[in-house]
Amino acid sequence: MQLFLEQMLNGLQFGVTLLLMASGLTLVFGIMNLINLAHGSLFMIGAYVGATVVARSGSFFLGLICGMGAAAIAGMVMEVAIMRRLYRRDHLDQVLATFGLILFFNELVRMVWGRQPIAMSTPAWLSGSVEIIPGIPYPEFRLAVIVVGALVIGLLYLLIMRTRLGMWIRAGASDRETIGALGVNIRLLYTLVFGLGACLAGLAGVMAAPFLAVQSGMGENILILTFVVIVIGGIGSIKGAVAGALLIGVADTLGRVYLPPLAALWLPPAAASNLGTSLASMLIYLVMAAVLAVRPQGLFGGAHGS
Amino acid sequence: MARDFGFNRATVATAVLLIGLALVPAFAALFDNPFLVTMVNRALIFALAAVALDFIMGYGRMVSFGHAAFFGLGAYTVGILSTHAAQDLPLIFGWTGTNEALLAWLLAMLLSGLYALIVGLISLRTSGVYFIMITLAFAQLVFFAFVSLSQYGGEDGLALWGRNTLAGIGLDHRVGFYYLCFGLLLAVWYLLHRLVRSRFGRVIQGSRQHELRMRALGYNPFPYKLTAFVISGALTGLAGALLANNNEFVDPSLTSWMQSGNFLVIVLLGGLCSLVGPIYGALALLLMEEVLIAMTEHWQIILGPVLILVVLFFRGGIFGVLSAGGGRHD
Repeated sequence: MQLFLEQMLNGLQFGVTLLLMASGLTLVFGIMNLINLAHGSLFMIGAYVGATVVARSGSFFLGLICGMGAAAIAGMVMEVAIMRRLYRRDHLDQVLATFGLILFFNELVRMVWGRQPIAMSTPAWLSGSVEIIPGIPYPEFRLAVIVVGALVIGLLYLLIMRTRLGMWIRAGASDRETIGALGVNIRLLYTLVFGLGACLAGLAGVMAAPFLAVQSGMGENILILTFVVIVIGGIGSIKGAVAGALLIGVADTLGRVYLPPLAALWLPPAAASNLGTSLASMLIYLVMAAVLAVRPQGLFGGAHGS
Repeated sequence: MARDFGFNRATVATAVLLIGLALVPAFAALFDNPFLVTMVNRALIFALAAVALDFIMGYGRMVSFGHAAFFGLGAYTVGILSTHAAQDLPLIFGWTGTNEALLAWLLAMLLSGLYALIVGLISLRTSGVYFIMITLAFAQLVFFAFVSLSQYGGEDGLALWGRNTLAGIGLDHRVGFYYLCFGLLLAVWYLLHRLVRSRFGRVIQGSRQHELRMRALGYNPFPYKLTAFVISGALTGLAGALLANNNEFVDPSLTSWMQSGNFLVIVLLGGLCSLVGPIYGALALLLMEEVLIAMTEHWQIILGPVLILVVLFFRGGIFGVLSAGGGRHD
């Protein structure tokens, strides 16, 4: 029971990371109609810059700011140089161009930081644990990730729904020409939205870095999981993104913990741990297939597919 | 007249390409460079998969980001069957696998076609970006399944004990295998070429351009699209079976998302919606890789931006340029 609750929290923490990624991706998709495979690269940039700054300066907070800043700048440069030429293009063109960006960033990271994964330590002031439920100590850092993630998502919601900038963003999503005619600088607005999404990816990267091997290609693993989240939740739905992220976060975490021992019930230990681990990797895709078989448009998606 | 001229240019370009490919073993012998045959052979196999992908992507706008799944399924079918045959190990119902290409390759196509049927049934109910993401996810599923096959090497992959035999004849002869792959590529290309121009193909293209209108005409596009998707998956499985023979080695990276991305790159680089374009694309990509790898270890830092430039400024792909704007008609 204690293990279960602990793993539920771990799943929640992973879900928050996925949610930060998913909200950036859907924001960009919903407003610019752009599918960005390089969103994972922004996550990776956040993690690398964050880990490096933390190692050099010793300050986690500085690492967080620098990781988010680096991802946001990379995102905005990307938008100005490449993405804005792709908004009116086919999704296929967008996939190809951003696939090229992935190759570029993965290699760039290998050139700068080398092929070996780097590690990032959790800050000293958050390395203790707290008893949220009496008798169950839980690491403070993981708890902080959950809290910060939830807070940021809440702020994002307020920004989009309650501020003037958010109103422009929503207006830009429904009619680009009209909002342009009303005097809003739509190009700048798009660059800012892209930067905002990138910043969230960078935040996710820094916060996930202590639990992951920070290495070239790390962004794509999380990107594909984010896709699964979006597909399950339904594109463009905030509720869907939240539900999908939590579902996948929890299912993936619990699967990794409970499937190997489950497989060991009727298999020799070596084969069981192998099968269990990969079954756990496959689990979320099976969940996705099951959801889509019942609701092709996702849990909270509208009637149309794209 | 101008139109006829454009058509002729495309035909001439294609004819030159095919004659060139047929002469590759002769060139290789002339310059005493057997590596050339192996390299172009690899390109032919990737071209086969990419032609199958172009069939659904160019003509039916089904952008599959998961074709590596079918590729890997085909390759692993050959790998697993030949491993069992070599060791005389029972695989299923006491059957010890086979090394016979006629049977193994057919099974490879059947299994990848079957998986394409399952994936298609679920993913074709959506379209656009959803379709891209779902096909990608289903390929990841296969990737992790192969990683888990510890008795077949797991993450490290599986070395074949030798190439298949075709009707009893070994496929170890380099040039013989090259012409076999070339012949299969031509056969598949011809088949799909005919299919695209048939009533079946017109329904597919019609639903790409205007699905609602097709429905109003009394066609339900779904079974047509599903059939096309299954054909494409099975043919990609055949390409995988050929690659397993070419490399005499299979590993999970054949089903990775990078591999799926490579197929998309090949199709777009060569020219979407032309069927012959992917052959140029495969040759160009492999040649580019060879050249860049020779230049620097960090060759992907050049390849990535090249792809972006191709997408931004070179829209018809190689075939589009060769046939003077005839490639991409949408």
